[in-house]
Amino acid sequence: MSDITQKLQQQVAQAYSASSPLKICGGGSKDFYGRKIQGDIIDVSGHSGIISYEPTELVITARAGTPLSEIENNLDEKGQMLGFEPPHFSNAATLGGTIACNLSGPRRPYRGAARDYVLGSTIINGKAEKLHFGGEVMKNVAGYDVSRLMCGSLGTLGLLLDISLKVIPKPEAESTVILECDIQTAIDKMHLWMQQSLPLSASSYADGKLYVRLASNEASIKLAHQNMGGELHKDIEYWQQLKEQQLAFFDTKKPVWRLSLASNAPPLKLQGDTVYDWGGALRWLRSDESADKIRHAVEALGGHAMLFRNNVNQLDTFHELSSGIHTMHRQLKLAFDPANILNPGRMYADI
Amino acid sequence: MQIKPLSNDEKKSLIRRLRLILPQEAVLHLDEDLRPYECDGLSAYRNLPLVVALPSNIDQVQAILKLCYELEVPVVARGAGTGLSGGALPHSDGVLLSLAKFKDILNIDPVQRTAVVQPGVRNLAISEAADQFGLYYAPDPSSQIACTIGGNIAENSGGVHCLKYGLTVHNIQQLKMVTMQGELVTLGGTGLDAPGFDLLALMTGSEGMLGVFVEATVKLLPKPQIAKAILAAFDDVVKAGAAVGDIISAGIIPAGLEMMDKLAIKAAEEFVHAGYPLDAEAILLCELDGCDTEVAEHVERVKVLLEQGGATEVRVAKDDNERMTFWKGRKAAFPAVGRLSPDYYCMDGTIPRKHLPRVLKTMGELSTEYNLPVANVFHAGDGNLHPLILYDANIPGELERTEEFGGKILQLCVEVGGSITGEHGVGLEKINQMCIQFKTGELTQFHAIKNAFDAKGLLNPGKAVPTLHRCAEFGAMHVHNGELSHPELERF
Repeated sequence: MSDITQKLQQQVAQAYSASSPLKICGGGSKDFYGRKIQGDIIDVSGHSGIISYEPTELVITARAGTPLSEIENNLDEKGQMLGFEPPHFSNAATLGGTIACNLSGPRRPYRGAARDYVLGSTIINGKAEKLHFGGEVMKNVAGYDVSRLMCGSLGTLGLLLDISLKVIPKPEAESTVILECDIQTAIDKMHLWMQQSLPLSASSYADGKLYVRLASNEASIKLAHQNMGGELHKDIEYWQQLKEQQLAFFDTKKPVWRLSLASNAPPLKLQGDTVYDWGGALRWLRSDESADKIRHAVEALGGHAMLFRNNVNQLDTFHELSSGIHTMHRQLKLAFDPANILNPGRMYADI
Repeated sequence: MQIKPLSNDEKKSLIRRLRLILPQEAVLHLDEDLRPYECDGLSAYRNLPLVVALPSNIDQVQAILKLCYELEVPVVARGAGTGLSGGALPHSDGVLLSLAKFKDILNIDPVQRTAVVQPGVRNLAISEAADQFGLYYAPDPSSQIACTIGGNIAENSGGVHCLKYGLTVHNIQQLKMVTMQGELVTLGGTGLDAPGFDLLALMTGSEGMLGVFVEATVKLLPKPQIAKAILAAFDDVVKAGAAVGDIISAGIIPAGLEMMDKLAIKAAEEFVHAGYPLDAEAILLCELDGCDTEVAEHVERVKVLLEQGGATEVRVAKDDNERMTFWKGRKAAFPAVGRLSPDYYCMDGTIPRKHLPRVLKTMGELSTEYNLPVANVFHAGDGNLHPLILYDANIPGELERTEEFGGKILQLCVEVGGSITGEHGVGLEKINQMCIQFKTGELTQFHAIKNAFDAKGLLNPGKAVPTLHRCAEFGAMHVHNGELSHPELERF
């Protein structure tokens, strides 16, 4: 637990004056994510520790290198949690990497994504300036929302020093309804139940089974289950395995694609196997199909495809942007990192 | 970039070229036609635009922006004009771009639970249209009957339900925007995320500085099975504040959690007769919603917590009628306070809730010092204050004293770790306080962001982010704790 802001700031300042690229590293748990880049390592893992945690204010502030598990353990002791259920992918996962990647778990469609919980952050921009945006209050519209912009920007706009997050109470109880059905029935049911104000906290479909997690008190869960049918299970490992990609499905050498699209989009006619999460809005596709074909199929439905794992041919990870949006990305990159030294090329070749 | 005033010939040319894009009646330039646009909800600030343009389709918006980009004419976008920070105050040398004709709900998808709407659609109209499907749009600013979704996105509007259901930024899925160069872009997508930077978040709350919104896809929620309201009276505002913390630390997130102080209670009660206890120093209104059984259990627990927290009276609304009556007083609080005084000035600073006692105490002292009464209405759950300073603009100097008093309240919010604005935006009103909230580095970064989208500085110039020069001047007037703010800057 220590504050190494000065050291990090010096390293960025040196890189800025030498125009030499930096590769930002935390715990390395998401090293696979994004394009491969070259650069001197700037290690944020030593910049760690919870700065403040006030359960009654529903806010935690921690340094970027703080292990995600340390944060979750502290919240758990007070009956609270991170509402976006972030994946760890390894014990080394840090808060900074989690926010920089904006990855959220099965709870996302019902409780929001990582970006929805970010209240404030301190960053070092590409000119080695330490800047603070947002704060520790739930509502704050002073200035542009730079803290949320940092979320998912893969360190290409700034190095995260600390982050303030809103936290939420843990539900009193959680149980999962499991129902055998085909995929179209599953998509229909997930949507029907969502429209009915049931206490859903996750819904997924894999191997001919629909999994729907309910979060409330025991009485409400029981009532909801009566309405839904299927079998009710407590304490199943499925959600943890889905979130951490430990299901057998993910044990593969084939490319694994992450497809994000309208939740009620029909099953895509692409070769390979699919696991559905986020009520249908997130689909993991294990397939040897060509990148072009996959991207076209998803784009036609207004979504985007990301080559998440096993990118053996070193293709671009992320979906191509329209030229207008790409230009905005370039301009924003320049606005934060004029010398192009922060994780250059991690997101797109020129971002 | 400095905006150049237009010569008479250039003005005529601008109007003539706007008329090539829009029908005659959609280009207003005579004083009497411009007058209705001279201010937004912050009527203390008024200014006539050069011309008002009323496009009715996206092509026209693109053409207008292209023209203004070419001629380097400022553009101020405006929805219903209900904003409270002067964000839509016109520019004397610019076009006031009204989106009032964009008032169609284009689609409601009950399965995906989304609505595609034009920016001039009223906030409440979305929920009304979605009602037939058992759905609603959650963010509910008090002006929801009149304010439009385009303005809500520009301000990142909140409301009484945002503690549980989030702000506008949490409830928008896709946005079509026209850039200052006239290009139409789509941010977000049909799924729950989009590739690249989170431009949707950056645009939400950007106060018309980065682009003009022409269509939005908003998320809809299923209406809760049940909603229950509890009213608790306290003989001490500090106890009421502490009770809020007790509820939240018990793991209960109310749909709404509002607090009113004695003056606000009195004003509201005299106005709408909501049955509020007039002898109370503060009341809390707590709404719980969700599944039947969970709400029933939470109501019992909250009742106990409030009693343990020293409430002198706890009432649970026996039915929806009584629940609406409880809320009626709160929702009418601003106009109710307006009846007590010729004018009132509403602020919206936010604070970490734990500092409420200190902030209320200091506010009371300032009220005595300035000899101006303050009524307090408070989104207690999320720390968003709404002090209403009562004043009379007809008394010379009283508006200036009120603004100074308000500025001190905002400074106090920043000192305790809060923000100068929780939901109303900076606009022109709080532009000086931005110099207290942020240092040179952050402000410079904001200007760099602005420059990335609008290098000529034509969108809503002079709003939201102060120039460093302005902060230097403001800092010279307001030396804080003996330290000059922005000491690195030259003094003019």
